[in-house]
Amino acid sequence: MLDLYSPGSSLLHRLPPAAKMLAMLLGATLLFLNESLPITVAATLGILALYPIAQLTLKQAFAQIRPLLIIFVLFFAVQWYFSGIELATYVVLRLAALILLASLVTLTTKSSDMIDTMTRGLRYLQPIGVNPAKVSLAISLALRFIPVLAQITREVREAQKTRGLERSVIAVAMPMAIRAIKMADEISDAIDSRGYRS
Amino acid sequence: MIKLENISVSFGKRTVLDNLSLDLTERRIAVIGANGSGKSTFARLLNGLALPTTGEVLVDGFNTRKKGRDVRRKVGFVFQNPDNQIVMPVVEEDLAFGMKNLGFSKTEIAAKTDEILARYNMSDLREHPAHLLSGGQKQLLAISGVLVMTPDIVVMDEPTTLLDLRNKRRVARAVDALEQMVITVTHDLDLITNYDRVIVIDEGRIFADGTPAGVIPAYQELMA
Repeated sequence: MLDLYSPGSSLLHRLPPAAKMLAMLLGATLLFLNESLPITVAATLGILALYPIAQLTLKQAFAQIRPLLIIFVLFFAVQWYFSGIELATYVVLRLAALILLASLVTLTTKSSDMIDTMTRGLRYLQPIGVNPAKVSLAISLALRFIPVLAQITREVREAQKTRGLERSVIAVAMPMAIRAIKMADEISDAIDSRGYRS
Repeated sequence: MIKLENISVSFGKRTVLDNLSLDLTERRIAVIGANGSGKSTFARLLNGLALPTTGEVLVDGFNTRKKGRDVRRKVGFVFQNPDNQIVMPVVEEDLAFGMKNLGFSKTEIAAKTDEILARYNMSDLREHPAHLLSGGQKQLLAISGVLVMTPDIVVMDEPTTLLDLRNKRRVARAVDALEQMVITVTHDLDLITNYDRVIVIDEGRIFADGTPAGVIPAYQELMA
């Protein structure tokens, strides 16, 4: 969801964001309710088949699950050890299918459209004190600044590495936190100076 | 026009700016000074991001203390680090952010987004994730995000400090081409040689004030 949107004009790109998000919720629920391995395999293949329809490559599909490969291997090993290979395959495949499904939505929907949809949905929660505009800004800021924070972490880690401190959590976490707090002050000023009314 | 009347700024016992009075009317004004001289605080006073401890700052008659929102509508601010100014994840979303806040219609937002991206040859970056832009592109996006809000005055706090020479020149050309009054806080003396007025701040006071030809040599001597 951070930089996943892949511009295009496919049917999936053109579908209303609310329809895609609802379909994702429904699909995820059904995947969880289902306990059959063949159906999970079929669902995973079905989701993968939607990627070319959305003008996306299988390489892009694989890129979505690649960061979690270690977790998949761990899950698979633990489940295999305790419950056998069939359940291990089922659990890992179900997780992969969920990620592929969620990624398909984020790859074909602009974050602004998704946030607008969420904001509209959150209007129903206004009577209990939820401010949709604030929630929407918070989500946007999270999407915008997670990569920036990751970059800062890399910079701090490299700086500490040159001083032989790469294994010290505190040596990395402290400068990170200080930079993040300073950054937050400036972001707040930037939002203010661009006319935002809370 | 911006008028500073006997302004001082103190943080605790430390006086950052000491009793400055200035009328800022020229089209291009630069503010230079050593690190910690108070020039960034000076810049932040101009659109009400910081308020003076004593004295008043008036922007076209609006007092920054009482009419902060009106002032910020008139005075756009470009920060040193564009990463902290770009608040939306995608280029076109960030451009739309300020315009939405000011209540522009969707048609106006689309038209202004098209125009500004074309002006800086960034039309192909419209749907690009902001964090994947180069340093120069980020600074141009930060400047664009301010310009689409149609301010009368643009204040820039060290806009070229983090840029390489090519991007520095790109941003300098963009700044030169602006119709608005521009007030630039900078260490980059090359950027301001064609400015109308240069103000040197040293230890919270005005050390020199005049044309670049008259003031820059005095500043270089001060820093020697």
